[in-house]
Amino acid sequence: MNRPAITGWLLVLPAAALLALFTHWPIVGTVWDSFHATPKGANPAPFVGLENYQVMIADEVFWKSLWNNLWFALGTIPISIALALVMALWVNSAMRGRTWLRVAFFTPTVLPMIAVANIWLFFYTPQYGLLEKLTTGLGFGTHNWLGTESTALACMIVVAIWKEAGFFMIFYLAALQSIPPSLAEAAALEGAPRGYYLRRIVLPLLMPTTLFVLVNAVINSFRLVDHIVVMTRGGPNNATSLLLFHVYQVGFSFWDTGYAAALTVVLLAILALAAIGQFVFLDRKVHYQ
Amino acid sequence: MSRLYEPTGFSRALETGAAWLLGFLWILPLAYAVWTAFHPSEYSAKFVLTAPLTLENFVRAWDAAPFARYFANSFALVTMVLAAQLVLGTLAAYAFARFEFPGKDIAFILVLVQLMIMPDVLIVENYRTMSRLGLLDSIPAIGLPYVASAFGIFLLRQTFKTVPRELDEAARVEGAGPVAILLKVYVPLAKPVYLAYGLVSVSYHWNNFLWPLIVTNSVTSRPVTVGLQVFSSGDQGIDWSIITAATLMTSGPLLVGFLLFQRQFVQSFMRAGIR
Amino acid sequence: MTTRSLWRTAAAGLAAIAFTAAAQTEITFYYPVAVGGPITKTIDQMSADFEKENPGIKVKPVYAGTYQETLVKAITAHKAGTPPTTAILLSTDMYTLIDEEAIAPWDELAAGADDKKWIASFYPAFMANSQTGGKTWGIPFQRSTIVLYWNKELFKEAGLDPNKAPATWKEMLEYAQKLTKKDASGNVTQWGVQIPSSGFPYWLFQGLTTPNGVELMNAAGTETYFDRKEVIEALQYWTDLGRKHKVMSPGVVEWGTTPKDFFEKKVAMIWTTTGNLTNVKNNAKFDFGVAMLPASKKRGSPTGGGNFYVFKKATKAQQEAAAKFAKFMTQPDRAAQWGIDTGYVAVRPDAWETKRMKDYVAGFPVAAVARDQLQYSVAELSTHENQRVTKALNDGLQAALTGAKMPEQAMKDAQAEATRILRSYKR
Repeated sequence: MNRPAITGWLLVLPAAALLALFTHWPIVGTVWDSFHATPKGANPAPFVGLENYQVMIADEVFWKSLWNNLWFALGTIPISIALALVMALWVNSAMRGRTWLRVAFFTPTVLPMIAVANIWLFFYTPQYGLLEKLTTGLGFGTHNWLGTESTALACMIVVAIWKEAGFFMIFYLAALQSIPPSLAEAAALEGAPRGYYLRRIVLPLLMPTTLFVLVNAVINSFRLVDHIVVMTRGGPNNATSLLLFHVYQVGFSFWDTGYAAALTVVLLAILALAAIGQFVFLDRKVHYQ
Repeated sequence: MSRLYEPTGFSRALETGAAWLLGFLWILPLAYAVWTAFHPSEYSAKFVLTAPLTLENFVRAWDAAPFARYFANSFALVTMVLAAQLVLGTLAAYAFARFEFPGKDIAFILVLVQLMIMPDVLIVENYRTMSRLGLLDSIPAIGLPYVASAFGIFLLRQTFKTVPRELDEAARVEGAGPVAILLKVYVPLAKPVYLAYGLVSVSYHWNNFLWPLIVTNSVTSRPVTVGLQVFSSGDQGIDWSIITAATLMTSGPLLVGFLLFQRQFVQSFMRAGIR
Repeated sequence: MTTRSLWRTAAAGLAAIAFTAAAQTEITFYYPVAVGGPITKTIDQMSADFEKENPGIKVKPVYAGTYQETLVKAITAHKAGTPPTTAILLSTDMYTLIDEEAIAPWDELAAGADDKKWIASFYPAFMANSQTGGKTWGIPFQRSTIVLYWNKELFKEAGLDPNKAPATWKEMLEYAQKLTKKDASGNVTQWGVQIPSSGFPYWLFQGLTTPNGVELMNAAGTETYFDRKEVIEALQYWTDLGRKHKVMSPGVVEWGTTPKDFFEKKVAMIWTTTGNLTNVKNNAKFDFGVAMLPASKKRGSPTGGGNFYVFKKATKAQQEAAAKFAKFMTQPDRAAQWGIDTGYVAVRPDAWETKRMKDYVAGFPVAAVARDQLQYSVAELSTHENQRVTKALNDGLQAALTGAKMPEQAMKDAQAEATRILRSYKR
């Protein structure tokens, strides 16, 4: 090898070693472990083939968590991105109080989920919670928001949107500010209406940002379970159990690492699929250097 | 965006109203935290303007858990993680941007894997690794899986690629080695990227919860998030006054910091090309 | 640990080294509490007192967070070969700890006549969760049980005798019906009764199954009886409170907000742990009462809380020192003081005969309700694979309470799941 090649490798080496140890090796290890039983005592784990996967197919909580997670993703991703875009447009305009608005939109990013989850718990509390004060004030009945299977997941989705939209807004804001004003001037000369300008000029220019934000939103919808831990612990009757929360429970409450590995494999497969989908489908539409 | 396409007339009023409503909703949890933390606990569900103010909740929260220690742990964690991420990321990004070496493409794809599969989902295996390394219940155990950051490497590589080759050559002619060139030419040009990445990294690790919850069990290593959770999950039910006081105490400094520098952050994001 | 107590411990340790030529025995003691607050100070003080009495032994308390975290930490340390000498863990963790081969039975360490008397000195209700297979694995330390708190003011408003709590299920329902208030548009503004069902509904459910004359598991922890007729009846009663009679908020009710609901007068009667006594005493701005849980066929409630365990991999000398320590900590006077300080139920009858406890009860009679209920109490649900089995039951209970399943179906499913989980333990 020539000198630059050696230098190149030496520069990459520290990061590569840590990535291998804490990302690649665990991925391989997860797949490997998913074919083994959970070790008991000092004995090594016996090979059990597909048994963990058979258990998974019969595991109702797994299926429920998977569906919950898909709904959770479908609920949070589009809404938080759309809101982030709208927020960025507002904050970037000459609107009155925009500085104040920017602060308001951005605060959830800085507050730890674990802390605000307790506050949201209060908002959702039946009878004297904030949401209840609002609904009863408007003449609706009281409702046990987190204690009813049909509404609990929606409540979790709202919390996640609240937490994420402001963070995504920052990226859109940066992108909006770097659109040259000449574009708007040219469009105005042509007599293009506002809707047309936003849809046909601004939106396409924001496409790389949207891709970036989308990737983040997808990952977060499978990664973020802090609010589940604090607010519902997956209940009622697993109505808010998400995949990673199920992994956490199986791995660290039941100590069934073999089965937890099999569950993690599913999570990895979903993320890999999302990655491939993005490369194949979106990369063509987006110009990335 | 130009001022040319501002909303006008009725739609302007409508949009302003909608924006204010949304802003109000977004600030509501923080507003509630401030209200509850400064009032006696009878008023944590009653909002009357005549409620007496008090600092007692802060005193109680401060006495009930070693928040100063948690705070110091979190601070050590984010500083160590960020510093290591920047050093490792800079070196690797430099190699990927400006060196040719066998296996480079594969290595880069392997780095990108971590963009999608973050350590957060590999908790079971990483816990085992930490246990083998004897690192359980330590601050390095919380930070290590995140130290090599694909996002950081990717971002810096994109930036380094835009640096004109001529600058690089000029420094080389003067006899500078690869590391000297990196420090003199590339790093200064990437300042906004570092700032923007720092913002993302700090807010991520300051707020990270599940992994620290799993690997720490004692005061000496617990970050603020886990400390808050341990503190608020008592058998005796939720005391919002004291939880909100603790929340404000622990996220106050970060909140103020971000509020003061938010404009600079947006600008650095803009210049960093994260968009 | 505060600096002062750190100094004290250090000083005691130094003194001990100076005075005893014999080797020091150090015992590590995992205690489940988030660090800080008055409880750690009490534990530090008790450890220091013990060291004074036993110069050859040094106690190192480790405050490890919640019960769950302490268990995880203890088992991890055990697997790594560096377990604590002794720890306070949930009584329901007994089978888990046995299965992990982590703990040693106390009766082998404490085999003298005195020791036998010591082990026999606790309330039998607490020992139910501490003994299995003829061995004693846990020594009761901080134990609790479920009681009913009621708001006397609201009773008066509803025309009920403010000094009389419902004694039977039927009475509780009748009272609750009188205590449920609606506004003009038919919305409930005040519920009659509240039995929380988030987190660990199985425990509160045992407050219904026990009076209905049925236990949920066998003493060996290898079988469960979730589909028995009495169990289904108990669940029917619970779900009917919310769904049929509409005197309790329907759906799953949060454990964490229950005391607050009570303080806010949104509910007239609540079920919660005796450990909440001090909290209620400090925060309820009205006159309240504490009572035993109402009876169906008889009275009854599960116990809860933590036991002392001693770890297998500790040295013999450490284990013996741990036995001394556990004995010291559960002396009648100390058990009484601990109960007064924390609101836990003092774990042995003679603790209630001490002067300080008698004085306390005289001034605050409701403190004795939990004790009086002990004679009707049973062990908290605990089996092998405990977390899984309780989750199966919890899911079934929540499914019934939210109306996703009928009580009978929910319990049959839970039983099927539990049987599947426990199949390898049935020999």
